[in-house]
Amino acid sequence: MDALDVTVRILAVLLAFLLLPLLVGQTEHKVMAHMQGRVGPMYAGGFHGWAQLVADGVKFAQKEDVVPDGADRRVFQLAPALALIPYLLVLVAIPVAPGGGVAQVLDAGIFFVLAVLGVGILGSLMGGWASANKFSLLGGLRTAAQLMAYELPMLLAAASVAMAAGTLSLPGILGVWEWWWLPWQLVGAVVFFTAGLAELQRPPFDAPIADSEIIFGAYTEYTGLRFALFLLAEYAGIVVLSALTAVLFLGGWHGPFADGLGWLWMLLKTGVLAFGVIWLRVSYPRLREDQIQRLAWTALVPLALFQIALTGVVKVVM
Amino acid sequence: MITLSALSAPTASLPTAPLAAGHPGFLSPTGVEIVFLLVGLVTLGAALITVVTRQLVHAALWLVVALGGVAVEYLLLTAEFIAWVQVLIYVGSVVVLILFGLMLTKAPIGRSPDADSGNRWIALTVSLAAAATLVTVVVDAFRATWIDLDAVAGAGRGSSEVTGAALFRHWVLPFEALSVLLLAALVGAIVLSRRENASERATRRTTEQPSPQSPQSAQQSGPKAPRAGER
Repeated sequence: MDALDVTVRILAVLLAFLLLPLLVGQTEHKVMAHMQGRVGPMYAGGFHGWAQLVADGVKFAQKEDVVPDGADRRVFQLAPALALIPYLLVLVAIPVAPGGGVAQVLDAGIFFVLAVLGVGILGSLMGGWASANKFSLLGGLRTAAQLMAYELPMLLAAASVAMAAGTLSLPGILGVWEWWWLPWQLVGAVVFFTAGLAELQRPPFDAPIADSEIIFGAYTEYTGLRFALFLLAEYAGIVVLSALTAVLFLGGWHGPFADGLGWLWMLLKTGVLAFGVIWLRVSYPRLREDQIQRLAWTALVPLALFQIALTGVVKVVM
Repeated sequence: MITLSALSAPTASLPTAPLAAGHPGFLSPTGVEIVFLLVGLVTLGAALITVVTRQLVHAALWLVVALGGVAVEYLLLTAEFIAWVQVLIYVGSVVVLILFGLMLTKAPIGRSPDADSGNRWIALTVSLAAAATLVTVVVDAFRATWIDLDAVAGAGRGSSEVTGAALFRHWVLPFEALSVLLLAALVGAIVLSRRENASERATRRTTEQPSPQSPQSAQQSGPKAPRAGER
């Protein structure tokens, strides 16, 4: 790897990081609107409101950056960055094309990805505590409870794929992936995707930011750019979760003509999953806090354990 | 550092072991060594602030810096797998658990004077003794051993494959003993929390018989009572 190669790869990751979340956000605007019988943004940019998020960004940048009087200033200001940066780091390890189509091959890729994703949650916790606001604190508490409940099934489901592939590296997993892994790892895929949704606090798992109960949870006191960073982190999280699910369970770049069009398959699978995330938001009501906990411990954890047992049995028999 | 050395110890006697007799000495440090020292200083500083800060939540957040620093040290020692596990378990789960506990009970913004421990001298003594023991063990185990990190990384010695093989071939018995210990702790925790509830219910039943609303029964109804005045 020479300097030029490294630069190109880093630039590609940065570009994906800046572009894809906005794309998901705009899709959410339009898809949600059409599912609810509206048309969504139509004016910004002229053609079907394509520049709506650019306009939003300009608006956020102009707003005053308010720090509450009683808040813990430094922690409060640091929190949005801590929430956003992990997603940028994770993108480095996600393979998009066969034969070195990844910014950095990591030996323990799965662990890297899950570990760094877990750090991002600290941003919400810090924001929730440092705001000096009861609703923020409640939101932070719910975030922490949710994270602790859903981290375990997510890890177990990912471990099942690692067992099946015999490696922890993400390109390595794709290297040995076969089509029949799809039904084999189906339960794990559902558990992983659901747990990921819960970690992102997306509906129906958005009790930590439930606007009708606790205003906006940990982000209640944030304004302007810092608030935009939290929102961006959410959409970057959707991209990362969809890409990870695609890599671990849907075969990533595998598909017809994978040598030339591998990146297109990867993008397509990620896009379909991201669409699913938006669809779930429109279709399902918010789960209550105790329902969220019960789902994790009585449904997802046993299912993930079953998947691991299944993977082990098939692996030994084959 | 200890984990890495423990894992690589059984394989160190293999012919590929990069133990050169004459080591380059300490006066011409490489870039990695300098970074290792600097990160070590940052980790030490963060750990010190964790213990001496007067703000509870700040202590937890500085703990994140300290644990992250240790993970970076693992990375610099080419133990990639252990580094990520360190981040996943400690930063991602243990610190979140600590923060959750702090937020749930008492986490004021600013100083919390009542959080000051009275036995700081005992704590200092214990921690110094523990540190002295660990440093002695590590120094005694390695002395002037020189491990060429480039060769180690080239042979994939810090990879998850080698770590797994060492763990499940050479160290499988301690590993299993540890998991049994953790399981025992888990079962113990569940039993303890269960028994408290059962006895609570039993006392309530016996005291509720004569007068259900008496203040005495409210007081006896268990450890939850002092919680009310806490916040």
